[in-house]
Amino acid sequence: MASVDEPLYPIAVLIDELKNDDIQLRLNSIRRLSTIARALGEERTRKELIPFLSENNDDDDEVLLAMAEELGVFIPYVGGVEHAHVLLPPLETLCIVEETCVRDKAVESLCRIGSQMRESDLVDYFIPLVKRLAAGEWFTARVSACGLFHIAYPSAPDMLKTELRSIYSQLCQDDMPMVRRAAATNLGKFAATVEAAHLKTDIMSMFEDLTQDDQDSVRLLAVEGCAALGKLLEPQDCVSHILPVIVNFSQDKSWRVRYMVANQLYELCEAVGPEPTRTDLVPAYVRLLRDNEAEVRIAAAGKVTKFCRILNPELAIQHILPCVKELSSDSSQHVRSALASVIMGMAPVLGKDATIEQLLPIFLSLLKDEFPDVRLNIISKLDQVNQVIGIDLLSQSLLPAIVELAEDRHWRVRLAIIEYIPLLASQLGVGFFDDKLGALCMQWLQDKVYSIRDAAANNLKRLAEEFGPEWAMQHIVPQVLDMLNNPHYLYRMTVLRAISLLAPVMGPEITCSNLLPVIVTASKDRVPNIKFNVAKVLQSIISIVDQSVVEKTIRPSLVELAEDPDVDVRFFANRALQSIDHVMMSS
Amino acid sequence: MNGGDVAAASASLPLPLEWKFSQVFGERAAGEEVQEVDIISAIEFDKTGDHLATGDRGGRVVLFERTDTKEHGGNRRGLERTDYAVSQHPEFHYKTEFQSHEPEFDYLKSLEIEEKINKIRWCQAANGVLFLLSTNDKTIKFWKVQEKKVKKISEMNVEPSKSAGNGSIASSSVSSSPKQNLANGGCPDRSYNSLINDASFPPGGIPSLKLPVVTSFETSLVAKCRRLYAHAHDYHINSISNNSDGETFISADDLRINLWNLEISNQSFNIVDVKPANMEDLTEVITSAEFHPTHCNMLAYSSSKGSIRLVDLRQSALVDSHSKLFEELEPPGSRSFFTEIIASISDIKFAKDGRYLLSRDYMTLKLWDINMDSGPVATFQVHEYLRPKLCDLYENDSIFDKFECCLSGDGLRVATGSYSNLFRVFGRAAGSTEATTLEASKNPMRRQVQAPPRPSRSLSSSITRVVRKGAESPGVDANGNSFDFTTKLLHMAWHPTENSIACAAANSLYMYYA
Repeated sequence: MASVDEPLYPIAVLIDELKNDDIQLRLNSIRRLSTIARALGEERTRKELIPFLSENNDDDDEVLLAMAEELGVFIPYVGGVEHAHVLLPPLETLCIVEETCVRDKAVESLCRIGSQMRESDLVDYFIPLVKRLAAGEWFTARVSACGLFHIAYPSAPDMLKTELRSIYSQLCQDDMPMVRRAAATNLGKFAATVEAAHLKTDIMSMFEDLTQDDQDSVRLLAVEGCAALGKLLEPQDCVSHILPVIVNFSQDKSWRVRYMVANQLYELCEAVGPEPTRTDLVPAYVRLLRDNEAEVRIAAAGKVTKFCRILNPELAIQHILPCVKELSSDSSQHVRSALASVIMGMAPVLGKDATIEQLLPIFLSLLKDEFPDVRLNIISKLDQVNQVIGIDLLSQSLLPAIVELAEDRHWRVRLAIIEYIPLLASQLGVGFFDDKLGALCMQWLQDKVYSIRDAAANNLKRLAEEFGPEWAMQHIVPQVLDMLNNPHYLYRMTVLRAISLLAPVMGPEITCSNLLPVIVTASKDRVPNIKFNVAKVLQSIISIVDQSVVEKTIRPSLVELAEDPDVDVRFFANRALQSIDHVMMSS
Repeated sequence: MNGGDVAAASASLPLPLEWKFSQVFGERAAGEEVQEVDIISAIEFDKTGDHLATGDRGGRVVLFERTDTKEHGGNRRGLERTDYAVSQHPEFHYKTEFQSHEPEFDYLKSLEIEEKINKIRWCQAANGVLFLLSTNDKTIKFWKVQEKKVKKISEMNVEPSKSAGNGSIASSSVSSSPKQNLANGGCPDRSYNSLINDASFPPGGIPSLKLPVVTSFETSLVAKCRRLYAHAHDYHINSISNNSDGETFISADDLRINLWNLEISNQSFNIVDVKPANMEDLTEVITSAEFHPTHCNMLAYSSSKGSIRLVDLRQSALVDSHSKLFEELEPPGSRSFFTEIIASISDIKFAKDGRYLLSRDYMTLKLWDINMDSGPVATFQVHEYLRPKLCDLYENDSIFDKFECCLSGDGLRVATGSYSNLFRVFGRAAGSTEATTLEASKNPMRRQVQAPPRPSRSLSSSITRVVRKGAESPGVDANGNSFDFTTKLLHMAWHPTENSIACAAANSLYMYYA
């Protein structure tokens, strides 16, 4: 119960709150740990604060997580790298806790500290820590150990290196699947630090163990390691060690393993070189494209472009394209959808002739797919399509699809297509757009669903930006203004929204001459919702139009609205009036 | 009396076990009425057998901890041990309890959701912290039970009254300070941020500052709900089961089975769906599901029609077709109105080695070899004397009672419950005639009538099956009392490594050993 000098009071409270009952206060103190450390000085931080934190290991997870993170950047506060090792004990305890996120963060911080430590300190402090964790009673310690080897290994003397490799190999065969998963996940990182000679022997045998694990979840992670390991090995070693494994995996009984292979396969092509790719990987990939399980086909279809880019065109046309054709009429809509989202990327690989001859029919059939997501995925890649096949061919097949989607029963589909309209407009050009799509854009303004009407208003703004105010004046504004006579107030509100969005694009002149009068008329609407929206719109166009117009037209309207019987109308009108005054004062 | 001994003895023929009373928790005094909420609805040992959890209709989970294996288990309570102090058997004491589920109301469907715990499953303990899953009809919860130090802070920089942020006291003492409001609690860091950030501390630090010193090292158990897996089931959840990979589990309702990752609570994958396109075509529902104890890709689920399906998750994402189907059809001649009802399987359990699978239907226990789908390797009649009374049982709805079953850790014996708080233990080894009837009371062998030794062991044909008799005069037990359909022993669990059984009779938890 010491008395504390007044200026130190805040820091004293901060320290006390490390043990406060309120978790928010504890968290706050932990987040300011560096401040506390500076106040205590480097020596007392090492001798008192760090041991104190080491004991503070049964706090709530949020606090422990914050502590693990703070300690990762704590080297300056304990006196620099030569003292970095004092930070290891508290992080070691955090590496054992039951909460995954805390452990992960502690491992991350340990790696960060370890990568800055002096080599002799690593040998004296870090490597023993890794060994202790790897021999830990709880699986949590062993899981954490797996993530530290790549830091510990490079600075270890030869004897220790041998030991570390054998410890890692034991971790790969641990009783607990969690540990084996961690070992599989970190194998690539560890392998990158191991000498080439041991890579081929020790690491590869660990890898083989993992690939034959009983637990699917371990094998899955081993697949992920394939590509990373493949890149470390010489091409011929990769062919002899990794290739058979991946080919085996591609025929694994578990669809989840095959799914992972389908996702990863293209990454391995470079590592093994062109010839093995042709003889082994292409057949494997073709099998995956024709897999029984739809999930696998989805993954494989999604990588079709990436895979083709690696292959030469003949191979792609000869082997992959037939599969793509089958996939375009796959029984699973999700497969077709995955294909639709990447298929256009194949065009540059195949060249123009093959594209028109082979790819276009597939593309057109996907565009007519009964499942809207498939069509949407094609339309979203429209710019790529246009480059390849040209606008005429495109528009013929595209328009019916778009018109159909624009009237789709599901509002989310309509919403998605509206988002693509500006892109379409820019690709199709003004003339074409006017003919076919202009009417649709107006139709959406009167959709039953609010989100669609809102998106439609936004769409008009983007179109006006694309084609310029003059075009908008001709093709958008009259129709929009016309709709203000709609008997339904919700539609009138949409029009107001459209006007407020269009005004900045159209510029002050058109706003004053065409838009403003209409808004003023709307302020006489019988529905209060319209009236307070008028007030909002007026407020939004104050900055666009000339000051004289504000005084002459906008202010009188607002003053009138400010005396409306409806409280909301008065509120928004007054707010708008205030903002007029504000603008006046600042100018 | 450990598992090894028993396994060795079984080389010849295991002797029938002599069951003795070990402990009772929540014993009912004579005439005491059972509160509905206290009735136990789930029992589960953890993998090591050092912990036992029970759930009840009131949504509570109670944890028990084994004391006899611990060195510091010196506080042996004489009352429970007086007669049996010599023998070494699992002895548990109350550890903690927590409210797992609360009654809820689904406003969208106008449905009340009971708080009753349907199943409890232990997860892998880590760092001395226990984890378990508990579920009611709709929501699964992931609980973490850990010992926390009770903090008692002795030394502080600022007097507690100040740092506690009690405005009236604090402000008077620091009123001269320009940072007056910092003592008012609320959000202190905002108020003194500026000071701390700008301050340059002397290189040696400020000696007058002290770290808080924690003096007390008492601990208390805290249960915390770490995750909540909700909104994935349209129907009532009947089972949850952990995968051997330690990271996933399944939950099964009447028509679907979902797969979860323990760490991810907002996403689950539907892996089995038996819902017909038209609900009028519904003939069969899922009654229970369990993962294989070692093969991460295999799971079994049972149905109301008496079949068990073994499915392979490697096959496809949505497992529509089973790899194996286990069912035993009643010979056409013996079919009756009740045939289908009593065929419904109420519980399935894999043996520890994963080769055998035990199922319980209304009248029998059946043991299946998962390599043989032609029929069960053994069938045990649980309460054959009730067969003439099926009509009464149907009328008072007892016929829909869901009895659980369990296997011993060595897989040599199976057990299940019956009415009048009776439960039965059968030896499953070839040639074994062991069929014991026990009563969940302090004197379990009271109802036992020695079964005549019968060498002819029933094989898979149901006609030649020998009915192993306990006390089987219909409707009347050995003491001449009528059977009581209201006292039923639905839930029981076998210790994973020793011959010890925990079973629930209404609100009481009885434990026996042999």
